[in-house]
Amino acid sequence: MKSALGLLASRLAAPKKVRDSHPIAYLFVFPYVLMFLIFIVVPVIAAILLSFTYFDTVRLPSWVGFENFITIFTNDVEFMQYVIPNTLKYAVIVGPGGYILSFLLAWLLAQLTPKVRTVLALIIYSPSLTAGVTMAVLWKVIFAGDETGYLNMFLMNIGVLNEPIAWLTSAKYLMPIMIGVTLWSSMGVGFLAMMAGILNVNQDLYEAGYIDGIRNKFQEMIYITIPTIKPQMLFGAVMAIVGTFGASGIGVALSGSNPTPQYAGQLIVNHIEYYGFTKYEMGYAAALSVVLLLVVYAVSRFAFRLFGSKDE
Amino acid sequence: MKTTMPKRGKSKFQATKINPKRFHPVQIRYLAILLPVALVMLLPLIFIFNHAFKPFEELFAYPPTFFVKNATLANFRNLFALTGASGIPMSRYLFNSLVVTVLVIFISVIISTMAGYALSKLHFKGKKTINEINTIALMFVGVAVTIPRYLVIEKLGLIDQFFIHVLPYLAVPVGLFLVKQFIDQIPNELIDAARVDGANDFQIYGQIILPLIKPAIATIMILSFQTVWNSSDTSSTYINSDSLKTFAFYMGTLTTNTNAVAGQGMAAAASLIMFVPNLVIFIVMQSKVIDTMAHSGIK
Repeated sequence: MKSALGLLASRLAAPKKVRDSHPIAYLFVFPYVLMFLIFIVVPVIAAILLSFTYFDTVRLPSWVGFENFITIFTNDVEFMQYVIPNTLKYAVIVGPGGYILSFLLAWLLAQLTPKVRTVLALIIYSPSLTAGVTMAVLWKVIFAGDETGYLNMFLMNIGVLNEPIAWLTSAKYLMPIMIGVTLWSSMGVGFLAMMAGILNVNQDLYEAGYIDGIRNKFQEMIYITIPTIKPQMLFGAVMAIVGTFGASGIGVALSGSNPTPQYAGQLIVNHIEYYGFTKYEMGYAAALSVVLLLVVYAVSRFAFRLFGSKDE
Repeated sequence: MKTTMPKRGKSKFQATKINPKRFHPVQIRYLAILLPVALVMLLPLIFIFNHAFKPFEELFAYPPTFFVKNATLANFRNLFALTGASGIPMSRYLFNSLVVTVLVIFISVIISTMAGYALSKLHFKGKKTINEINTIALMFVGVAVTIPRYLVIEKLGLIDQFFIHVLPYLAVPVGLFLVKQFIDQIPNELIDAARVDGANDFQIYGQIILPLIKPAIATIMILSFQTVWNSSDTSSTYINSDSLKTFAFYMGTLTTNTNAVAGQGMAAAASLIMFVPNLVIFIVMQSKVIDTMAHSGIK
């Protein structure tokens, strides 16, 4: 209905479309564009250029062509054996998993009365307000490896464990803990946007749906809610994707080392930082960055295809 | 228009409309799912609150206790008594963080709403390109370019300048995207009418656009606040002088630089100091974000 109106409006405005341009617009966009160029565009271009070089920060970069990229996919054992599987596992569970969870929680919350909803939404949203890395200090206490750790104590008390587990240095448990901690704090702005979107759906649409034979809450969600809140769904999806690939310092923060124990929590960003800041192979680190940016871009395009509107 | 009571003869699911006005027993099943989830979400937060107020004996008691018994402010006192590497008091870091955060929020709201207005409602050459590039930049992952960004900032001579805390956070593609999406939904007729009445672009921006996009503004303020207040990246990467670093950075050094035993209580206290402003800001803003989104006519 909304889009039909919008279409109508643009039709009506169409004859006037050839309006004079507004040179003042350049003044309006200038500050943003300037900052955008300096801190986003130029660094990305620099990363692309550096990715074709060998650069150790001491001597000037020397051109090596595609060598870095070839090394990434043929010679970097850690990358192929640990970083890719880890990143995929983490990204698939935290990304779509966290996203679907945000949507479902937002949807469930929308079924409640305003006061109850506000309180519960606040509780569910608030973990995303904690600073990931600083929280690691407290996670370390909870997951401490000896019997003074809260989780160990709890599990030993109820008889699940006989002896404490070194959670954070264990190759087996580090990744699940990283995923759990990230999911815990992932009901962020995307979650809020989707909830506001669901609350904003015109009630008449539901009435119309019931007349057209919508029979249960599930059909209501699939046929009315989701199509109506596509813009919010897309926003939530992009937030989830960027957050997933970007916020990967958690493994290093939890285990206290980069590389993480037996590479169990090694994600692509950790790999970049390891090469950039520990080994000072800036060219190689830049090549890894370029790969990361391309992957995020490809995944996001997919989300845009799913939820995007035609004018995107 | 809103159905407050279920009509007789209709199936039961219709009893719970989205955003119901009053309680209905059917809502119990939603609560049955949400309450346990909320509890899980809440536990670690309750833990920080308790841990921050625990006296030394309780922090290291065996068996460990979840709730604090004899609450004390000792951890906070220790934290504030502690000074940075060059004898700089903690309050200085807190002050730095405050200034940086306020500056970023204020400036980024202005520049992204201005750009959003131009990109949505004005006609000029390059508009389409900027919009397309910004949409691509939504998928930009900042940490990926830490190194080239450092090189750029070094070239500009901005290393160890206070403003480098602020500048990288001013252009937020997600913020602009959100603002522009909102402005797109304001009918052009409204702006045309204002123009006919003789309003110039600054008046349209200030008197029509800004009041109508309050929800988007509140949302980008929350986004900026969270990013900047919680970030230690600028301090650790671009700042060398101890006196110019921020609280988030200082927090990170607590457990590595001080001995782990004393550090734990202080880290918990510091976590709380980091978290509470986030929470307060959100509580203040959330009614605006959700309410204005639900009740404002811009769709």
